[in-house]
Amino acid sequence: MMSANMVAIAYLVAAVLFILALKGLSSPVSARRGNLFGMLGMLLAVGVTLTLAGSHNYGWIFLAVLIGGGTGTLIARGIPMTHMPQLVAAMHSLVGLAAVMIAASALYNPAAYGIAGADGSLFLASRIELFLGTFIGAITFTASVVAFAKLQGLVSGQPLVFSGQHLVNLILGIAMIGSGVVFCITGEWTPFLIMTGIALVLGVLLIVPIGGADMPVVVSMLNSYSGWAAAGIGFTLSNNMLIISGALVGSSGAILSYIMCKAMNRSLFNVLMGGFGAVGGSSSGADRVERPYHTGAAEDAAFMLQNAESVIIVPGYGLAVARAQHALKEVADVLTASGVKVRFAIHPVAGRMPGHMNVLLAEADVPYDAVQEMDEINPEFAETDVALVIGANDVTNPSAKTDPTSSIYGMPILDVDKAKHIIFIKRSMAAGYAGLDNDLFYMDKTMMLFSDAKKACENMLHSLK
Amino acid sequence: MNPDMTNAVVETSAHGASVDPFVFGFTVFVLAVFIGYQVVWNVTPALHTPLMSVTNAISGIIVVGAILAAAPAEMNVGSILGLVAVALVSVNIFGGFLVTQRMLGMFRKRK
Repeated sequence: MMSANMVAIAYLVAAVLFILALKGLSSPVSARRGNLFGMLGMLLAVGVTLTLAGSHNYGWIFLAVLIGGGTGTLIARGIPMTHMPQLVAAMHSLVGLAAVMIAASALYNPAAYGIAGADGSLFLASRIELFLGTFIGAITFTASVVAFAKLQGLVSGQPLVFSGQHLVNLILGIAMIGSGVVFCITGEWTPFLIMTGIALVLGVLLIVPIGGADMPVVVSMLNSYSGWAAAGIGFTLSNNMLIISGALVGSSGAILSYIMCKAMNRSLFNVLMGGFGAVGGSSSGADRVERPYHTGAAEDAAFMLQNAESVIIVPGYGLAVARAQHALKEVADVLTASGVKVRFAIHPVAGRMPGHMNVLLAEADVPYDAVQEMDEINPEFAETDVALVIGANDVTNPSAKTDPTSSIYGMPILDVDKAKHIIFIKRSMAAGYAGLDNDLFYMDKTMMLFSDAKKACENMLHSLK
Repeated sequence: MNPDMTNAVVETSAHGASVDPFVFGFTVFVLAVFIGYQVVWNVTPALHTPLMSVTNAISGIIVVGAILAAAPAEMNVGSILGLVAVALVSVNIFGGFLVTQRMLGMFRKRK
């Protein structure tokens, strides 16, 4: 058995290893080593905890780790990269549920945590910490389950809005805090269970009004919540390592939510209130006028690309839906081999979660130094011969800059309109998720290529070879 | 961390006057939020998805609480809840770290 000081030092080392894991992600070069640091930290933390005084049931604990770890390993190996948002949402729900279970267990058996007074009842501070940890955990759990169901397509991604929604949430919120306060005073089970039950319901109600396209923000936010829930457990156990790890995860999720909101020019409040797309601006689908546009075939597109000096490819999530990333990568390879400068431009909300598009391109073997972020690449469009937009729409729409009545006005966009020529690969003239028409379609320098993204890439490849 | 030790640390840090362990923990919490803020802003946007999956794994650190809940010699509702929690967060720990490693392996530089 280790001395208490040794345990504390070991936990500190684990916490530092977690910080190094996140720090490694500042570059793809150091990221894998960082991840190994994270694993090492976890191993150390778990190992030390198992040596603590009063630990029994090793067999059962080992079995639990085996079941959970085995499941996790199988999922990690098999999951397609397009399903990452669902996976992350599902994992948040597990953290939330586990936090509630740990809190309930602490309430049942306070002595195991050393948080009981001489008479066996909980300290007031511990009750407050349990209250906070439990309700955050419970909301995280059900909210993540709903987010998972929406992302996985088990339920409709449409926002579910009913009248008096916010009032209902407000009343439930007050009732939850009320029973939480009663629990803090009495330390009894009944108010604890009522509080947990309301928190579970609230988690569902908070997410149902939010549309599928806003899920990146929701997933980032729940990432943050799962961190705060972990920190809450850390306070209950007076364990600094848990507090540090929870705070790291919590602030990480908060920053990602902020970045996502900023990339959509919406406030977090606006996203959480939900129902986006229900009200359209002046250029919404309803009063759309027919305007002339140019169309072309894959052969024409291939000809344009081949004769360009520089090409910027703007991929959107539609690319991944059509499973066209591998074919697109080959197109890029052929062009690069014949001396064309090819780069990929990624909008922060291009995928279904932060950084999703980068992973999808990396999976298709596109080198990461050919993939550039919006701020880096935007000044380059003016010097570019051809911008190839594939599976993206709203993130290129110039009305975000020019039309104050547009519902996406103010959203930062990729400056595709500045390129000398534009090729748009789309299935039809249908609007994007925001329901907006895109002026780019009607420009003289734009060629519309109506096709499935994968088929278009394969046909272009055929003409290029 | 066992409570005797927390008290010892707290007492020395406060020169004899007693500081609530919560305040001590809160100090650590606030400083850690600042570290998190600094470190996460430095993460390259290209790696935001691996960032989320690795933070999933790291929030699995509540397995420490779950093990304490599962550890008492007497098997009761509390320790069973603890065991289930151990299994749940093990999914996160293994799944999170391994899927992150798999993703990061895909990021290659131009040949």
